[in-house]
Amino acid sequence: MKVAALILALTSPLLLAQAKPVLVPDVSQREIEIVYSFTGADLLLFGAILYPGGRVPAGERPADVVVVVKGPTESILIREKEKVAGIWVNADHARYRSAPSFYAIASSRPIGELVDDRTRAIYELGLDSLQLSPVSTAPAEEQARFGRGLVDLKSRAGLYVEAPHAVEITDGVLYRARVTIPARVPVGRFTAETFLIRDGRVLAAAVRDIDIRKSGFERFVARAAERSSILYGLTAVALSVGLGWFAGWVARRL
Amino acid sequence: MDLYLPVANLSVNALVIVLLGGGVGLLSGMFGVGGGFLTTPLLIVYGIPPTVAAASSASQVTGASVSGVFAHVRRGGVDFKMGGVLVAGGILGTFAGAWIFRRLQELGQIDTVIAIIYVLMLGSIGGLMAKESLVAIGLSRRGEPPRARKRRHHPLVAYLPFRTRFYASGLYISPLAPLLLGFATGMLTILLGIGGGFILVPAMIYLIGMATGVVVGTSLFQTLFVTAVATMVHATTTRAVDIVLAGLLLVGSVVGAQVGARLATKVKPEYLRLALALMVLAVGVRILLGLVWRPEDIFTVTIS
Repeated sequence: MKVAALILALTSPLLLAQAKPVLVPDVSQREIEIVYSFTGADLLLFGAILYPGGRVPAGERPADVVVVVKGPTESILIREKEKVAGIWVNADHARYRSAPSFYAIASSRPIGELVDDRTRAIYELGLDSLQLSPVSTAPAEEQARFGRGLVDLKSRAGLYVEAPHAVEITDGVLYRARVTIPARVPVGRFTAETFLIRDGRVLAAAVRDIDIRKSGFERFVARAAERSSILYGLTAVALSVGLGWFAGWVARRL
Repeated sequence: MDLYLPVANLSVNALVIVLLGGGVGLLSGMFGVGGGFLTTPLLIVYGIPPTVAAASSASQVTGASVSGVFAHVRRGGVDFKMGGVLVAGGILGTFAGAWIFRRLQELGQIDTVIAIIYVLMLGSIGGLMAKESLVAIGLSRRGEPPRARKRRHHPLVAYLPFRTRFYASGLYISPLAPLLLGFATGMLTILLGIGGGFILVPAMIYLIGMATGVVVGTSLFQTLFVTAVATMVHATTTRAVDIVLAGLLLVGSVVGAQVGARLATKVKPEYLRLALALMVLAVGVRILLGLVWRPEDIFTVTIS
């Protein structure tokens, strides 16, 4: 409450002319560094809703907040297994140009109650509204099947998350939500988008960037594997020969 | 104790991986096999991507075979000429295997092919070994001396040209036979991340007819070099060798291998072979079930 009051005090001259509420979002971490002990991270997304009068106008319904954290998009190939001659083999496949590597949506109420399908598709709100950009021209029904398969697979890996009621709104002006980033997340630039929604319309939106990257030894190893692969391979071989030889040497002396 | 694997891009419990390496090392020390046929499937079950699992377990097999090779060299148990031919074949095989690996990956059938090869190979070898060791156990129970098997190479091998002498193995055969054998094993090394010892050893005894004293040492010699080359091939093509994962596996397996080698001297060899046969069959059956049961994940995603 104190923070909100302070923000209000500072920005209120700007707000007087405006009828719409304004969103002031922030995230707990702008950078996430992956080091040897990385097992995932907890992101706190929080902020204030600034109403022209400093409080939720009387007679108006309070607005809802939706928070979306997205990872860098990937070009992917999905394969579907089918039973052929008694064993399960990959049969059909579909390609998508822009599947998010990570997608978490938290909202103060289930997203389906807040906006209609069209708005959801425009803002990519919800796991069934992702814009995957299919490459093939397969029928819509088949596309939907592969889309559901992708969402199901990623959800079970903790990479796609839908959390209705996960955004807490205090006194109609302060909101907070916690999003867990799992350890198997890819590195790159993530975005945290916050939407203020009322009566099925998006009143305000704001974006913050979050950089996730490997650091220290992990970054060194990943770079070495990618850039100087011959030296890296030789190191791996030398390590295994050295360790094996050393153990044999120790064992002979015991 | 959680540790992040920089190439596999996920975090694992370091202790579990070290213990896994230790268990496999124990078996490899006891039975004289590399243990890759256990490491790769177990890592995949743990959640490591299949390519990373195959690439990193190859280097574990290298480590596990080093001390064995040294021990056999000291007591003259390695036929270097035969080993050289096998390694040459093996290196050619890894390159061919890498090409097949890429083609199958493009087709999306790599996992199925790997599983089918595993089932066929583990099933047949495990079955043969189980039968052979049961016969041996039966004979020793009845107090009969084991029938001396006449050491001979397979008639087909005799037809091959360019015969040469392999003194340590006591053979006068064409080098093409071990070259082809090495080639096949090298291909399996790349595809499955295994050393191939449990294919190589029976083939050397039953197909080529090598003197038994040099079979295990020469097979380990081949495994050492071919898995090292396989690690290099993976490092430069798939870039899936995770040095942290390999290190953890190695720490466990080199210790386990030494313990296993000591244990092996306390158990009768035919019981040891039966135990290995049952284990090989169990892994084979598990993979077969994975093929025929409806998988948990119907869909798989690859980044293209």
